[in-house]
Amino acid sequence: MKILISNSSNEPIYEQISSQIKSMILKGELIEGEMLPSIRGLAKDLQISVITTKRAYDELEREGFIESVQGKGSFVASQNKELMREMKLKIIEEQLQKVVKECNVLGLSYEEVSEMLRILFEEV
Amino acid sequence: MDYILEVNNLRKEFKKFALKDISFKLEPGYIMGFIGPNGAGKSTTIKLIMNLLKLDGGEIKVFGLDHKKHEKEIKDRIGFVYDENYYYEDLTIKQMKNIVASFYSKWDDATFNDYIEQFDLDPKSKIKTLSKGMKMKFSLAVALSHNADLIIMDEPTSGLDPVFRREILDILYNVIQDETKSIFFSTHITTDLEKIADYITFINKGSIVFSETKDEVLENYSVVKGGIDLLDRDIRKEFIGLKETNVGFEALTNNKDKVKRLFGEEVLIERATLEDIMFYTVRG
Repeated sequence: MKILISNSSNEPIYEQISSQIKSMILKGELIEGEMLPSIRGLAKDLQISVITTKRAYDELEREGFIESVQGKGSFVASQNKELMREMKLKIIEEQLQKVVKECNVLGLSYEEVSEMLRILFEEV
Repeated sequence: MDYILEVNNLRKEFKKFALKDISFKLEPGYIMGFIGPNGAGKSTTIKLIMNLLKLDGGEIKVFGLDHKKHEKEIKDRIGFVYDENYYYEDLTIKQMKNIVASFYSKWDDATFNDYIEQFDLDPKSKIKTLSKGMKMKFSLAVALSHNADLIIMDEPTSGLDPVFRREILDILYNVIQDETKSIFFSTHITTDLEKIADYITFINKGSIVFSETKDEVLENYSVVKGGIDLLDRDIRKEFIGLKETNVGFEALTNNKDKVKRLFGEEVLIERATLEDIMFYTVRG
């Protein structure tokens, strides 16, 4: 498991943790039932406060990504496949939005961009 | 919620200085940093908690017990690190350890020896031959070797080099892997706290400015930078502290949204560090 915290980012540290764990779950790098590091252990490894780590885990639990069992630890929750797909679609949509914005800045037409996409798809 | 340390409306008056209604609480399992400039009342507060000074008003509870009535029981469970040397200068580390160990019901020689080795201290060295950093290491080893539930430290990292300061942070992380233990430490080196502290209590001129989670503190405060042409008398009053130079101003605010409304894109709004918060609050 890899979590990297940037001190110069404007994104709060708890969000950096929760979004990185979330993306590992969405990508399937963390699978259902897998145990996450303990809150206090992770705080030590990342050299951040326990409260910050706890907040990240609370957030993930609230959104249904992980489950915490008193005295045992936190585990990756079973994910609803439909929901996962929808969330992944949402991430793709957000990234496409960024791309569209950049295209507008450069003044690229829809046809030009769609051509680029077609080529990229074929390469994969 | 039971608190491991609870200070309520603490008062202490001296001729030229007074602690006024100091209150804060610390839960088990967390680290609280106690910050403030020199002379703000940090050491006085800690001495009052340890009952080394008599309070003039208010109450202090440690492990839910009155700090005077249960002094002996409480001190058995506190690991205390002073910023001054309270040991006998002519004794060796080992001799001094034997004296101190007899005060504690749960003294653990093996843990102590581990720390002494880890800290590169020679048990045969006399206390007076130790450098400031080595004395601090010795104090720390003592504080951590009797299964204390609360570690209280007065400026533990001042006088230590950055390498050992980082090592101390790791040791403190190890202590709070146990959810029942807490650490309370004063410092004016705020970068240490920026990492590890769960709560920050800020004292200035004998009064508490705030006692909150560090995340709240860092979210509430921001540093604003902009051109001096933006400043007028009313605007200046909006800031907690302000520094003006020929090329612009830098200020501290706890109302980021208002600053955004007032100036929009004309200013830079950045995250404040604890040092920024301390500097601008103290200086104004």
